[in-house]
Amino acid sequence: MDPTNKILSIQTEKLTKRFGDFTAVNEITLDVKKGEIFGFLGANGAGKTTAMRMLCGLSTPTAGKAVIAGYDVYKGTEQIKKRIGYMSQKFSLYEDLTILENVSFFGGIYGMTSSQLKIKSEALITQLGLQNETKKLVGSLPLGWKQKLAFSVAVLHQPEIVFLDEPTGGVDPVTRRQFWDLIYDASDSGITVFVTTHYLDEAEYCNRISIMVDGGIAALDTPSNLKKKFATESMDDVFYELARGAKRTGD
Amino acid sequence: MNTTSSLSIVRNQLFSFVRKEFYHVLRDKKVLLILFGMPIVQVLLFGFVLSNEVKDTRIIVIDVARDEASRQLITKLGASCYFKIDHISTNENEIEPTFKKGKIKAAIVFPLNFQHDLQHGNSAQVQIITDGTDVNAANTINGYIMSIIQDFSLESNPLQKVSYRIVPEVRMLYNPQLLGAPNFVPGVMAMVLMLVCVMMTAVAIVKEKEMGTMEVLLVSPMRPLLVIISKAVPYLLLSFVNLSVIILLSVYVLNVPVKGSIVLLLSLSALFIITCLSLGILISIQTDSQQAAMFASLIGMLLPTIMLSGFMFPIENMPWPLQLISNIAPSRWYYIIVKDVMIKGAGFSSVWRETLILVGMTIALLAISMKKFKIRLA
Repeated sequence: MDPTNKILSIQTEKLTKRFGDFTAVNEITLDVKKGEIFGFLGANGAGKTTAMRMLCGLSTPTAGKAVIAGYDVYKGTEQIKKRIGYMSQKFSLYEDLTILENVSFFGGIYGMTSSQLKIKSEALITQLGLQNETKKLVGSLPLGWKQKLAFSVAVLHQPEIVFLDEPTGGVDPVTRRQFWDLIYDASDSGITVFVTTHYLDEAEYCNRISIMVDGGIAALDTPSNLKKKFATESMDDVFYELARGAKRTGD
Repeated sequence: MNTTSSLSIVRNQLFSFVRKEFYHVLRDKKVLLILFGMPIVQVLLFGFVLSNEVKDTRIIVIDVARDEASRQLITKLGASCYFKIDHISTNENEIEPTFKKGKIKAAIVFPLNFQHDLQHGNSAQVQIITDGTDVNAANTINGYIMSIIQDFSLESNPLQKVSYRIVPEVRMLYNPQLLGAPNFVPGVMAMVLMLVCVMMTAVAIVKEKEMGTMEVLLVSPMRPLLVIISKAVPYLLLSFVNLSVIILLSVYVLNVPVKGSIVLLLSLSALFIITCLSLGILISIQTDSQQAAMFASLIGMLLPTIMLSGFMFPIENMPWPLQLISNIAPSRWYYIIVKDVMIKGAGFSSVWRETLILVGMTIALLAISMKKFKIRLA
């Protein structure tokens, strides 16, 4: 594994997390290229969230290696945190703050100066078409808007990688499509996108996907290669084929 | 990265966070009400309603004697600011119905031949009847009547030659008029600060966990310790506002002046506030829902403050297990500090022990919090 690798954003080698006797994540090895949209799939309880928490520096691995944005997960968490963005499956902006207040709060904790912040937040608000809503409380916005705003805030500081934990849960298909436009824009600007999802149609939008079963990676390839491999037309079949063998039941 | 720029980042983070926290507080009407309504209501409530001072207490006098001596004593009782004579009667049967109507708190009965006994037998009797359902008030009223009677007997018979008569002269130091306010102001201060710092901080931190925003904060480059500190800073400031409100109310509305050094009072209050904040932080780390945090703060902290700090019930009268438990209630020590500094006007030399205990508690609480917090992060 080479920390100076400029092409890879995420490299893991036999990354493992055990809680007592229970192995939540079992020796996963994967590489994610810079600017790639990487789909991280798996049934509930397969270990996705635990794996993602390790990659974000929220949880220390039990064994294995991982280099995120050029820094080791054991020693470089502080450097990693500066270079990643994160959007959790629970909606993660403050509902009792206005759009602009949320944007400047998150900009502030990422250490942006007020002049940087001014330019960035103006660009963000124009991109989302929210010019007339900046003084509205986030709580009063429809869910789709909130999700888009949360994503834009997660990439406000131009991270190298953005981790999205089931970002489109409960959102209608049209808004989901718009949300994915934002993801493509981010990817085009060189941000690596690491996304977990339950929607298998979304998996098709990814450059490559991995499917986790029982804490391990059962498959990792482009969506079209996976479909070829399993001799099927839909991602659903690939997923069910793999998930059927799971011993763990969902949480 | 060089130190100056990382320092400016920390300052930026802290500033953004504290500002955000103020938005939360100022936009939540319920929080505002608790923060600023509560101390005012508490102080006024304790000051004017729950006081056990004796002032204008209505009494009934059954004057069977109807002689010069009894009349003089009745005039003396009525002239004091403590008692108001509801009416004078000669019929003892009136006592109970009047008590039951709630019109009076005490009855005084002068038996037949009161003056005669006083002048010749030297041992005239007066019966004092008080309402035993309110023991504290009954005792206090009793004491006041007794002292008026004693005064009277000394005045009326100054030349009386009685050998070995001991007349205790009772003086209540620091609170000579036995006012309620000097007693409860320190208690209310402990209670309000406890409530604001422990409960508000715990709930505010747990809310971030519940909403999922805590995870976002922990993924950010802001150090977890700084997250917790910035979460507590606004409540530190708000507690000072509360403290000032209580002190101003007690000085200007209840006429309880700060006898000791105001600087000492404020700095030791700051220490207590920090103790409470650490407690709130510990609770927030140990609980996962706002309800649980609120419950833990109320049951675990507020009740002991009221019951065990010595503010409502004297610690000396408690069974020893409770006395032992009262030692770990921070408010017990703060209560002593405020009483000593604010009411008695004592200096640091008389409260250094309590101060040291609070410092120790704060360090212990913060150490436990840090440890638990690290375990949860792993």
